[in-house]
Amino acid sequence: MEKKPDIVRHLASDSVGLVKTEYLTFAEDEPMRLACGKTLGPITLAYETYGRLNKEKSNAILLLHALSGSAHAAGFHSPDDQYPGWWDAFVGPGKPFDTNRYFIICSNVIGSCVGSTGPASINPQTDTPYALSFPVITVGDMVEAQRHLVDHLGIEKLLAVSGGSMGAMQALDWCIRFPERVHSSIILAVSHSQSALGIAFNEVARQAIFQDPNWNNGDYYDEQIPDQGLALARMIGHITYLSEQKMHEKFGRKLQDKEILSYGFDSEFQIESYLHHQGIKFVNRFDANSYLYLTKALDYFDLRMDHGEGNLSAAFESVQSDFLMISFSSDWLYPSSGMMDMVNALRANGKKVVYFDIETDDGHDAFLLPNTTLAEAIENFLHQEYRKRNDGK
Amino acid sequence: MTVNDSIGYDLIVNEIPAGARVLDLGCGNGDLLAILVDIKGIEPHGVEISQSGVSECVKKGLYVTQSDIDEGLSIYKDNSFDYVIINQTLQNTRYPEQVMKEIMRIGKNAIVSFPNFVFIQIRLQMMLKGHMPDTRVLPFSWYESPNIHLVSIKDFTRYCESRGYPVKKVMHFRQGEGEKPVVSRFFPNLFAEYGFFVLDGLKFTASIKDNK
Repeated sequence: MEKKPDIVRHLASDSVGLVKTEYLTFAEDEPMRLACGKTLGPITLAYETYGRLNKEKSNAILLLHALSGSAHAAGFHSPDDQYPGWWDAFVGPGKPFDTNRYFIICSNVIGSCVGSTGPASINPQTDTPYALSFPVITVGDMVEAQRHLVDHLGIEKLLAVSGGSMGAMQALDWCIRFPERVHSSIILAVSHSQSALGIAFNEVARQAIFQDPNWNNGDYYDEQIPDQGLALARMIGHITYLSEQKMHEKFGRKLQDKEILSYGFDSEFQIESYLHHQGIKFVNRFDANSYLYLTKALDYFDLRMDHGEGNLSAAFESVQSDFLMISFSSDWLYPSSGMMDMVNALRANGKKVVYFDIETDDGHDAFLLPNTTLAEAIENFLHQEYRKRNDGK
Repeated sequence: MTVNDSIGYDLIVNEIPAGARVLDLGCGNGDLLAILVDIKGIEPHGVEISQSGVSECVKKGLYVTQSDIDEGLSIYKDNSFDYVIINQTLQNTRYPEQVMKEIMRIGKNAIVSFPNFVFIQIRLQMMLKGHMPDTRVLPFSWYESPNIHLVSIKDFTRYCESRGYPVKKVMHFRQGEGEKPVVSRFFPNLFAEYGFFVLDGLKFTASIKDNK
């Protein structure tokens, strides 16, 4: 008897199948120094791997996730899982990040709440959660921590680092911080620095959390969590991930479960109910303090200041990576112009860069959604970079 | 933008030395750069305005950025390429003068090839039939033609003289469908379908450009 395909998705030929998150703990004896001047240790980093590392160790690709992501990029944790990993559309046998050919690592970040050391973790010195005593971290700190993971896996040089949004920020920092360890990189939906617009939305999201009485200065781990504030923060974020056109197409002015206006303040438009749903869903899987720390890391991101003394071209001077950079025409959170600035800075430095702008209504979220042009570009770029690296060409 | 996609390829491949750093402006689907990689082991860079063109180039392992050559050349440093190629594309640009200045600045050498607008077939068509050229080289109707700055071999020769651009070599040619290019030495402005110039761009830098 044939089984229903939706029940056995983890057995599908293009799925990595059942996977499990692994954990690396380091900096136990000597804590890691952070950009803010403080130290952190011990540090645990959650990660998943798919595919096999080849003998030459030349096929390893590091995937880096966005703000609300996790180490779980592909496959399923259990046969009953409703959803696969966050980039399952792109990672698996025969997919652009082809696990038949490449060894894929997806690393979580410090400051996160899904397996790695973050504000919700227990501070070994006090035996209580760090909460706001957790040091403020930067994208550079995340990358420094991931370097330990790549060392641990015995990989000298990555075939590629790749990510979108906050993941692309990490990938960019990887290329600049460890130029000799990155052969190529795939940079999606990001800019060289967080814009005033981006900081503005993040600040409103943080204020939503601060205003929730349950937040209690971050000290809520034994109490009622600030779910209202976090849900509101997520709703604000979701607006910035869509485009005006997409919202119009998807929701328009349609009402949710009713035919006529109710002349009241209950949620009645579909877009309202969509945002509420996204907010509530998020509260069950994310920690409010982590949201504060990670949005702060986004806001601090500025390649020019971090690596170029204010100059973007100088920041890219020493990179050795080849680049595939893609922006999305309707992404207003990280508009194409910011990506183009980076492309131009790289070209001015004589670096090898492929760039194009994908026409889409999917907004900032576009890099997560199935897209033939994006999928082909990643597949072809990786294929060529793998060939060049292994031909020594 | 042309009927025969490999126009002048053989001449260009012969001209470019092994291992050169090459920038192809308006590189389309990247066929020329890919041939140069195969035969001459060049470092391939390109600029192409269409997303579909760039996608094709990625498949071939080329480094191509989607941008407009009318605007996107100023970021390159002086003499940062051994060769800059503009093959059958100059006549499509909005500001050919500006594009030429940038080519001479960023390239140690430049290869410029374009359809010769006063090729005998075109002259006869215009004189005898009285309509805009309709040839395999220039197949577009007036209302849809991307060729907005058509030029003759004589025009371009004079232009180079007036700007002081040293012409190292010319190989004006004819090329039939599916054929190899044949260099026309006899009255090329009349009998060559395409102009082909190799220019020396070494001494043209940003400071010289500004003085002009």
